[in-house]
Amino acid sequence: MLTPANRIFTNLSGTQDWKLKAAKARGDWDKTKGLLTKGPEKIIQEITASGLRGRGGAGFLTGQKWCFMPKPDGIRPHYLIINADESEPGTCKDREILRHEPHKLIEGSLIAGVAVGATVGYIYIRGEFAEETRRLETAIAEAYAAGYLGKNACKSGLDFDLYVHRGAGAYICGEETALLESLEGRKGMPRLKPPFPANIGLYGCPTIINNVETLAVVPTILRRGANWFASLGTPGNAGTKLFCLSGHVNTPCVVEEEMGIPLKELIETHGGGVRGGWDNLLAVIPGGSSVPLIPKETCETVRMDFTALHEVQSALGTGGVIVMDTSTDIVRAIARLSKFYMIESCGQCTPCREGTGWMWRMLSRLAEGLGTSQDIDKLESVTHAIEGHTICALGDAAAWPVQGLIRHFRPELERRLTAL
Amino acid sequence: MTFTFTPENEAQIPEILKRYPEGRQASAILALLTLAQEQCGGWLPPEAIQYVTERLGVPEIQGFEVASFYTMFNLIPIGKYHVQVCGTTPCMLRGSEGIKQACERYLGIQCGETTPDGMFTLSEVECLGACTAAPVVQINETYHETLTEEGMVEMLKECSGVAGGKCLEK
Repeated sequence: MLTPANRIFTNLSGTQDWKLKAAKARGDWDKTKGLLTKGPEKIIQEITASGLRGRGGAGFLTGQKWCFMPKPDGIRPHYLIINADESEPGTCKDREILRHEPHKLIEGSLIAGVAVGATVGYIYIRGEFAEETRRLETAIAEAYAAGYLGKNACKSGLDFDLYVHRGAGAYICGEETALLESLEGRKGMPRLKPPFPANIGLYGCPTIINNVETLAVVPTILRRGANWFASLGTPGNAGTKLFCLSGHVNTPCVVEEEMGIPLKELIETHGGGVRGGWDNLLAVIPGGSSVPLIPKETCETVRMDFTALHEVQSALGTGGVIVMDTSTDIVRAIARLSKFYMIESCGQCTPCREGTGWMWRMLSRLAEGLGTSQDIDKLESVTHAIEGHTICALGDAAAWPVQGLIRHFRPELERRLTAL
Repeated sequence: MTFTFTPENEAQIPEILKRYPEGRQASAILALLTLAQEQCGGWLPPEAIQYVTERLGVPEIQGFEVASFYTMFNLIPIGKYHVQVCGTTPCMLRGSEGIKQACERYLGIQCGETTPDGMFTLSEVECLGACTAAPVVQINETYHETLTEEGMVEMLKECSGVAGGKCLEK
């Protein structure tokens, strides 16, 4: 249970003003120069020691990612990209940061930029976030006016420019290499990795892409110390996390909690409990639509961190907790996710372009009870033909929810077949 | 048919191009197409796409690839109010199907169609990233959250009755 003193985000629900003066009163931009003049090595060391893992879904160690950047060679500029393309169903946490605490993101971007040798940062924000874009642009203008960005940022002697780049509607552009393609002026079709963006990224230059939440917590970690951050959470899962509680909870909300909080406690303390009481719970998707669902039984005891959810064949992902009670048609709920992936597939590679369509059509028929038990086996084998065989993780992301459904709700699928 | 930016829109171009390094003006394609679409009343005629590609020095086909790839670009005219109902599972769990049907009934059109008077286009869209406020509908740029079927119909009535429409405000 997170104590108020350990909270990083103090205006998450937007009850206070989001602009610079109020942000400073909350502690943002406090002695930033001192953080910058630690220098890249020290900054990376501290972020590594803190144990911070990326908050965009993959959970890669942030300090380690920053280390992948080569030393600036004076020929190829370095870039920092902030991934604000939040589009994973069940996930709406970056939106709260963008509209209520933009200065945390701006300060974090500046520090990260310095750490990775970048003098330019682009915030790639999804096109639908029009109001959030306006606030972000205003906040950036405030930061420039105050001397926090631009030449000699915060009087550190270092330069850093930060620009907002709007998307135009494409879930796939949240994938880092598709984002790069989009930023360069093309369709958002992912690139093969390797090479990784740290070597060949934006315009072929060394680039780090980080999630909004990841960067927004960087200033606080440096101010309060790596040890403080690492003292929260569970081993290998340091710090706090923004969780989004959606679906069949009584009080849906975005809340900051300690990593490793039991799911049941998270739902009951902050979500007002499951609609109709805990025993009315059917299943939960704990980390955004791309992670397999977990049944009620697992929800009784599982903790919300990367390690624990991996152990129950799911994942923390973005921390987008989608709660489903017993009124849910679980087959149609997952089928609708299959439709999402089919629509959002960029079309570049065959297993995803064709496979997402197959999964949607098969699952739609099974939802109606049209099919045989062998069709369920066939559907499962299709998920394995997609998983691991695509250029990017959207293929895996489309396969996993279907695997979760079959793993935990096969009897329900079978029941529909015989009910006809 | 030719397209060119209005003086007001033209004035925004230098600042947009300045964000990107020399020779990388193709990066401005989304921004320029968005500006052109606004100017054309919510959709992109082919000549607007051609103009943007010429302006940025990219092959014409790239403009059409991009305009057809991203969902926020409309390649045919749309209504004054683009009613975009999120249908992905978190919103579905909180009644988006009912919201969609209420819109179809009130407007007398199916999802994907535009009313004959050109006032409303109804679309089902994918996750809008406001899931804790489900069900969510976006009308033009504005997000409308925690909607009920009655509230949705009230909103559509407001749009019909008032020039400029309260449904474009939060």
